[in-house]
Amino acid sequence: MFDYNHALILAFMLFTLGTAGVLLRRSALVVFMSIELMLNAVNLVLVVFSRLRGDLDGQVICFFIMAVAAAEAAVGLAIIIAFFKRKKHVDLDRASLLRS
Amino acid sequence: MTGLLITLGKILAVFTVTMLTVAYLTLLERKVCAYIQLRKGPNRVGPWGLFQPIADGLKFVFKEDFVPAGANRALHAVAPVLAMAPALTTCAVIPFGSTLPMFGGEVNMIIADLSIGVLFVFAIGSLSVYGLITGGWASNNKYALFGALRAGAQMISYEITLGLAIIPIIMATGSLRLSDIVAYQGAHPWFMIVQPLGFLLFVVASFAETNRLPFDIPEAEPELVAGYHTEYSSMKFAGFYMGEYAAMITAAALIVTLFCGGYHLPWLENLNFFKEHATLLGLLHIGTFLAKMGICLFGFIWVRWSLPRFRYDQLMKLGWKVLLPLGLINILIYGLFTLKDSI
Amino acid sequence: METVLFYLFAALTLASGLMVITRRNPVASALYLVLCFFGLAGIYVLMDAYFLAAIQIAVYAGAIMVLFLFVIMLLRLEPTELPSFMNSWSKRLYVAVTLVLGGVFLGLDLMRTVNTGADSALTGEAGAIADRLFNRYLLPFEVTALLLLVAIVGAVVMARRESPKPTASMEEV
Repeated sequence: MFDYNHALILAFMLFTLGTAGVLLRRSALVVFMSIELMLNAVNLVLVVFSRLRGDLDGQVICFFIMAVAAAEAAVGLAIIIAFFKRKKHVDLDRASLLRS
Repeated sequence: MTGLLITLGKILAVFTVTMLTVAYLTLLERKVCAYIQLRKGPNRVGPWGLFQPIADGLKFVFKEDFVPAGANRALHAVAPVLAMAPALTTCAVIPFGSTLPMFGGEVNMIIADLSIGVLFVFAIGSLSVYGLITGGWASNNKYALFGALRAGAQMISYEITLGLAIIPIIMATGSLRLSDIVAYQGAHPWFMIVQPLGFLLFVVASFAETNRLPFDIPEAEPELVAGYHTEYSSMKFAGFYMGEYAAMITAAALIVTLFCGGYHLPWLENLNFFKEHATLLGLLHIGTFLAKMGICLFGFIWVRWSLPRFRYDQLMKLGWKVLLPLGLINILIYGLFTLKDSI
Repeated sequence: METVLFYLFAALTLASGLMVITRRNPVASALYLVLCFFGLAGIYVLMDAYFLAAIQIAVYAGAIMVLFLFVIMLLRLEPTELPSFMNSWSKRLYVAVTLVLGGVFLGLDLMRTVNTGADSALTGEAGAIADRLFNRYLLPFEVTALLLLVAIVGAVVMARRESPKPTASMEEV
């Protein structure tokens, strides 16, 4: 059996990668993917703790996170498409539709 | 150690049989097509054209491997592999026979009997779209891209129907394990008879998932040249081609496993003769499974050369406005039946 | 065996995660993200969370990422320039966030002494999870279903092709 701490460290590193992606990249799609990366890191932590505690609740919460991620992806991508139709780019630094 | 060797042996056997079937399925397709159109089909290479697949393979190897300008070379090369891998992976959880006495024990005729078998099939099946999408996109060709986008939309849409069609089966057996589903059909009537609507939905959705006519919109020749594999040649094209046939084999195996009783052959397998000869019973089961699969595959080919192609909007309408509601109604009806039984 | 597999999957996950945020081409990013999800699914299997592993592949790799690829190809996005390095405020913020998270993580690491060696051998079979889902968590489950419905409607409304004759209110927007 592997060391669960290492799984937690892996989750932490993944989350950091996701954060870096959100903060550094300008393309809305890559930022979106980085958010998925962060959600997955959280899922990994939940599964590890669920295993450690011998309680399935963590995995159930994981299931909910995945469902919400799917909903979020559908709406988010629709917003990106709508944005692209209007602006012909998906650069977040140049996004100023909501700025008066 | 023996267990590992047996598993390796089973993987090798299944892989070989699948690849051989892929090769000869292409010949069968051309032969059936020819007879349907009152032609003779390939008959120059070997008796009854039996060496035609080998000649085709050699031809593929020696053709020029062309990569179009502006294509993404890495993805262009990876896409055929992505198209083939899911279909071959699915074979791992399909029970193609009961047990055979071997090496001083009973060997299960299934590579991996997963407790989440059905989920595994759907998880892997949902990946088959990647090969087409990346292939179409990496080719840097508008027809290929259109083919890829259509393939993506079509496969996502019909996957839902595919999933809904088998939920009543899971409700009946109470298990996601494919061997449990087969065992259930050994003791009860086949799901094909109990669940005719589910069976119909599953078959139709399988045709769409494997991109076969009447649903081969992604590669509709008149409109899209050849769809996502327009820019493919040589062994890379063969990869897509073999992937399509491997997907067909997997679909046929799933239809047999889920709806047509798997390896069970009613009445005959209960004879006293087979109770005494376990090896023969095991062989009979494998033979039955292969025979049923053969009938299914023939059906696939038969339909392809008999029906015209759907238009793209008709296809989407059929998927979302007809098949999806029917799938939900099927679940409702089956649920009501179970409720009635439990009261 | 399991330890080796864990490190393999972990390396796969991390390497592809790194690729996701460093590739210029969004399609490459998306494909690496799929690879990353595979690595995570492998780790879930190692922790006997079979149901989650299957759902991870089916939902994330099979549905969400296909949607991403679909949108990228539909919009025909050109590869973007990577930032030479972050502009100053986000750089600072990023370092701060990393440090805070690192601190939280170290705290967790210290607290883990409570948990050491308490491997529960819990297996996440579909039946057991369904039992939780339809009994204790029935209301959240139904709410999630509603959320998905709302998301579908929302996505259709957002991405709908603009009608040939826009109404006055749409012109103003």
